[in-house]
Amino acid sequence: MDKKRREFLKIAGISTLAGLGGTAVVDRLVTGTSPVRAGAAHEVGSAGNGDAPRTAAGEHGQDKEKVKSGNRYGLVIDMRKFNATPGLAEKCIKACHFTHNVPHFHNKKDEVKWIWLAGYENVFTEHSNYYKNEDLEKHQVLTLCNHCDDPPCVRACPTKATFKTKDGIVAMDYHRCIGCRFCMAACPYGSRSFNWRDPRGGLDMKHLNREFPTRMRGVIEKCNLCVERVSIGKLPACVEATGDTKAIVFGNLNDPNSEIRKVLRENYTIQRKPSLGTHPSVFYIV
Amino acid sequence: MYDSGKIIPGLIIFVLFITFPVWYNHGDAGAVPKPELPKIEKKCVLPTADMRADHMQLLIDWRTEALRDGKREFFQVDGKPFQRSLQNTCMACHKSKKKFCDTCHTYASAAPYCWDCHLAPVE
Repeated sequence: MDKKRREFLKIAGISTLAGLGGTAVVDRLVTGTSPVRAGAAHEVGSAGNGDAPRTAAGEHGQDKEKVKSGNRYGLVIDMRKFNATPGLAEKCIKACHFTHNVPHFHNKKDEVKWIWLAGYENVFTEHSNYYKNEDLEKHQVLTLCNHCDDPPCVRACPTKATFKTKDGIVAMDYHRCIGCRFCMAACPYGSRSFNWRDPRGGLDMKHLNREFPTRMRGVIEKCNLCVERVSIGKLPACVEATGDTKAIVFGNLNDPNSEIRKVLRENYTIQRKPSLGTHPSVFYIV
Repeated sequence: MYDSGKIIPGLIIFVLFITFPVWYNHGDAGAVPKPELPKIEKKCVLPTADMRADHMQLLIDWRTEALRDGKREFFQVDGKPFQRSLQNTCMACHKSKKKFCDTCHTYASAAPYCWDCHLAPVE
C-alpha cells in the first residue's frame, strides 16, 4: 500500500473538521433554536387560549407556549390568610401527612415530608431579601411539590417511576422506584424525601389512613397533589383542611373560567425559582 | 475396586439420604389450602377460575390503569361498582389476608411483596 504522508494528513484533517463542525451545523439546521424558555414563568396561566396559533418549530424559540388542552391542576397559596390564621398551616400539614401515611422520625436526617414550612428567604431564593417586611420575618411559607409543567425530576428518573399524569400532576409509581435518588438531586425545590428507614417504623400503626398505602424502605416519596382524591372528585387534603378560609385554592389552570384562574387574574402572584423554567403549578400570594 | 464393601453401601445410603424429601412425601401433596371466601359477597370481578389463575395479572393491570392512565373511577360488574384497588376493593370483601391470601401463597411458597407498602386489613 502506497499512502503518502501528505495524503494521510489531508484526509485526517478533513475528517476532524467534519467531525467537530458537522454535528454543530446539523443541530443548528434541525432545531434552529437555543433553549431559552425561562422568564415566562408568570405568564403560564395568562395565555390560556387553546387555539393560539403555534409558531413553527425553528422560529427563534422564544417562549413557545404549548397548546393548552386537558387539565393542569395547580394551587394558589395565600400567605396573607395563613398569616392571619395561626396554626392553619400546621393543620394542613397534619391533614396531608395523615391522609398519606407519611412517617415522622425525630431526626432531621431521616425526615420524610410532603408539605412543610420554610423561611421566606429559603423558599423564594431569587427574590430580594433585604429589609423584609414584618410579616415575612415572622411567618413561614407553606411549601410542597410544585408539580412543574416541565419537571426536571421526571427527566432524571431512569425507570419512569416518576411521571406526569394527563392532569399535569407529577406522580410517583412506588412499584418502579429503585431508590437511585436522581430525582431528589434534580428537584430544585427539595420536594422529594428518601425513605432511609422502613417508614412503618415512623408511623403510629394504630392510626393510619387504611385507604392509602405506606411506602417501603428505599423509595422516594413526595406530594401527589392528592391524585387519589382529586380523581374521584374530592379536594386535596391540604385544601380541605383550610376549610372556608380560601387560604389554598385548587383548580384547573387550563380552564379560564376556573376559580384558580380568577384568583390569579385578580392578585399578584409569585412562583418559586421562575428563572429555572420549570413552570411550577403552585403560585403564592405574598 | 478396593473397599467396595464400604463404598457401595455408603453410596446407597448417600443416595437415599439425598432423595429423602422425594420418597418420604411421595403421593402426598400436603393439606390442600382452603382460602376462606367472603360470606356476604358471592361474585368477584371475574369468574373464580380466572381469578385463581390470573389474579396477579389483574392486579398488575389495575395498578397500571389506576396509576399511569388515571382510571380511578368505578366500573360496573353485573351492576355492582368496583374500583381498581387491591387495598380498597379486594380486601373490602376478603377481609382476612391470613385466611385468604396467605393460605395459597404459603402453600405455593410464593412471597408477593404487596404488603411491604399496602396495608392489610386489621385482624
